[in-house]
Amino acid sequence: MTFQVNGEEHRVAASPTHTLLEVLREELDLTGTKHGCELGHCGACTVLLDGAPVLSCLLLAVEAQDAAITTVEGLAHDNTLHPLQLAFAERGAAQCGYCTPGFLISGAALLERNPSPSRDEIKAALAGNLCRCTGYTKIIEAMELAAERMREAERVSAGA
Amino acid sequence: MRVIGTSIPKIDSYTKVTGAARYADDLKLPRMAFGRILRSPHPHAIVKRVDTSRARAHPGVLDVITGTDLPHRYGIMPTTQDETAFAIDRVRYVGEPVAAVCAVDEETAEEALDLIEVDYEPLPAIGSIEEALAHPENRIHDDTKRGNIMKEVHLNFGDLDEGFAEADLVREDTYFFEGTTHAPMEEHACVADAAADGKVTLWTSTQTPHYVHREVAKVLGIRLSRLRVIVPPVGGGFGGKCEPFAHDFAACLFALRHGRPVKFTLSREEVFYCHRGRHPVKMILKTGVKSDGAITAVHLQTFLDGGGYASYGLATVYYTGALLTVTYNIPRYKFDGMRLYTNKPPCGPKRGHGSTQPRYAFECQLDKIAEQLGLDPAAYRKQLAIAPYSTTVNGLRVTTCGLKECVDRVVEASGWDERHGQMPPGRGLGIAISSYVTGAGKAIYWNDMPHSGVIVKIDRGGGVAVLCGSADIGQGSDTMLATVVAEELGIDVLDIRVYAGDTDLTPVDLGSYSSRVTFMAGNAARRAALALRAQLFEAAGALLDAPADQLAAADGCIFVANDPARSITFVEAAQKAEAEHGTLSAVGSYAPPKLGGEFKGAGVGISPAYSYTAAVAEVTVDPETHDLKVDRLWVAHDCGRALNPTLVAGQIEGSAYMGFGEAVLEEQVFRKGLHKIPSLLEYKLPTIYDTPEIVAMHVETHDPEGPYGAKEAGEGPLNPVIPAIANAVYAASGARVDSTPITPDKIQRALKERQRGASPPRQAPSKEVVATR
Repeated sequence: MTFQVNGEEHRVAASPTHTLLEVLREELDLTGTKHGCELGHCGACTVLLDGAPVLSCLLLAVEAQDAAITTVEGLAHDNTLHPLQLAFAERGAAQCGYCTPGFLISGAALLERNPSPSRDEIKAALAGNLCRCTGYTKIIEAMELAAERMREAERVSAGA
Repeated sequence: MRVIGTSIPKIDSYTKVTGAARYADDLKLPRMAFGRILRSPHPHAIVKRVDTSRARAHPGVLDVITGTDLPHRYGIMPTTQDETAFAIDRVRYVGEPVAAVCAVDEETAEEALDLIEVDYEPLPAIGSIEEALAHPENRIHDDTKRGNIMKEVHLNFGDLDEGFAEADLVREDTYFFEGTTHAPMEEHACVADAAADGKVTLWTSTQTPHYVHREVAKVLGIRLSRLRVIVPPVGGGFGGKCEPFAHDFAACLFALRHGRPVKFTLSREEVFYCHRGRHPVKMILKTGVKSDGAITAVHLQTFLDGGGYASYGLATVYYTGALLTVTYNIPRYKFDGMRLYTNKPPCGPKRGHGSTQPRYAFECQLDKIAEQLGLDPAAYRKQLAIAPYSTTVNGLRVTTCGLKECVDRVVEASGWDERHGQMPPGRGLGIAISSYVTGAGKAIYWNDMPHSGVIVKIDRGGGVAVLCGSADIGQGSDTMLATVVAEELGIDVLDIRVYAGDTDLTPVDLGSYSSRVTFMAGNAARRAALALRAQLFEAAGALLDAPADQLAAADGCIFVANDPARSITFVEAAQKAEAEHGTLSAVGSYAPPKLGGEFKGAGVGISPAYSYTAAVAEVTVDPETHDLKVDRLWVAHDCGRALNPTLVAGQIEGSAYMGFGEAVLEEQVFRKGLHKIPSLLEYKLPTIYDTPEIVAMHVETHDPEGPYGAKEAGEGPLNPVIPAIANAVYAASGARVDSTPITPDKIQRALKERQRGASPPRQAPSKEVVATR
């Protein structure tokens, strides 16, 4: 099977019964994508498939061929963090950090399509991701901080 | 203070937001094999025969073990060693480990589980506190003194009869707190590796590497010196990863036998069976008060549904009585506690360990008393509040106490004075308070050694390493250690690397439980850093021609405090000091002071300091459907000094969230011994939609013994949230729901009974059972 992950092409020999999650973690060593249930309940395994968040534990790897896959390892560019990653670090939105990759992926997808999300829109986008540490408060704060910074960066680059 | 009190990002944030942090299941070693565990399908049964021959013959299977391979009994408490790694002749709950397979991959191991033949002879199962008491003949453990009673505690402080005779009002209420589980997002996982010399390394997702080290070595029958336990980043614990589990023992044994690494990763369903979570507790609470509200006496009886094994239950049963006294002036107090064995996964410590359930009961009852006496519930709590620097009736030493300030903060923020009792039908505010230990005063196994040790070493290039046996489970203990050392040495946090939770390299810290790490490891780190700073200042003093006691350290320099232009760099001072003293390293350790009374059981509840919290909840109850919505929570917490305000707020918010879940959504419940809902979908963890807005506030009381005045924030803020919600539900709907979780059907039932004028149903063992005690 051939996969496009974080802009790199990977050829993998894997069982057709394996999920995308298993291929990412076990064949490609992209262990940033986590699992909390492998039943589609927790959102820890969220990745982007052509820009849309999907649960990699519920998707057979064969179904993800030919799509552009983004994992948490693909959010930063050249060791420069995505604004949402930075905001998560600064606001304490990652405590144990285990759900964090899933939240970052779901959150980044929202900010990509909606630069000024309301609190309700943030909640709607993150409702499929469970966090047991933060009470979600710092996650919402980090989303709002990142959105604000991304809008500001957009204004600066548009003005320049 | 340059670092203390500032909200620096957690030092592990960067690996956690990039996916680089490697948790136990992310570890991959050459030749790694995989293990899976066969678990009991019966709540209670004799294991008559286990035949592993077909599993062993399955292609790809390396080994199969059963109970007889690891027969040594263990248990986290030294006096209640009632478990074996795998069941030997009897299973006591659905999900109890019976056998383990090691194979070349996980799928093969899973296939082989189906090939293990086990003959069970089912026994009558005990499913509740009532059944455990009513059927002593159906004994779950043969060595209990009486029936299924694992532990009984009776403590009496003062003349209760006199206290109740003095009272103008005596209330007796019965409460039931349902069991809940931790559900950390990371399922338990471990990797063990062993060399031909018999040395074993175990990487495991645990909160307590030191206790795992002791127990695993004991069960394997190897010296402690031959086992190394390393804690990778842990994906949440909340009390659920405080002891060794079957997978830890099995991974080590397989690795030893086959000389190759072995990994176990549990499924989510298995995590529900590991449990060790909140005990279901029935509580009969009798309180006498004068007409002005002053408490004259309290009698608390608790019945704990312990599950199949002891776990931390010996401590839990004491904790259900010990901490009720540290918030209010209680002149006379009697506590009777009893933990029962039942055929369910073992209960243990969950955030707020044993104090959460009686705090819920007491704060709900106090709301009723305030109403009967016509007192404002917020002002009443301040009236009763214990004074700082006092001793409780059961001999607990209270130092700093910001309880009244916490009440003031939530009252002000919630608009309590203007809104309580003035809100439209269906909406209401409720208040409650609580207190929690800042570290247990005694280790799990009593000894005279430090509770925490830290080594700090300085490289001649200026890099600083901090070594501590603590386990960062997300709360930020690594960051706390770096913060303390950065403060004392005047260097950037980025110049520090923290190495934690490695029993070969790091001095013992007892672990991340009982909210102890900031206080104890923080003090140890500070002592180590100060010892090194003295050497640095001596060396710098010689270079700067100034007395060491007039120097200061900040921004990577050591300088004369009142003449900062006279300055050398930290690196220069380090090299000079190394030239004079040799390699630079220092140790610091901390043990709590000797505390507590002389009675049996006085070791539980003692703590070098207590945190205090107050919470107000605002709720809406639909008058037609009784649907309950928690709109907002205000939580003010006396954490001593906040070393990192953002991380403290995160602990308060996370605690409030978890309390909210226990109050209205979560329950670990069983039918005929089977867990009803062992999945994250059905076990209702609050989602981002469910969780109310949480307003977290700090009340700072600089504790004289805490590092820089710090106490705890990780657990205490959970406790008042649950009764605050219960009291708000009453304010909104008129329904007193005396059991958790508070659900629409219970609200409806309570309202119907209220209309009929009936008293609410008793949730506790019958009077006859109580009378036998």
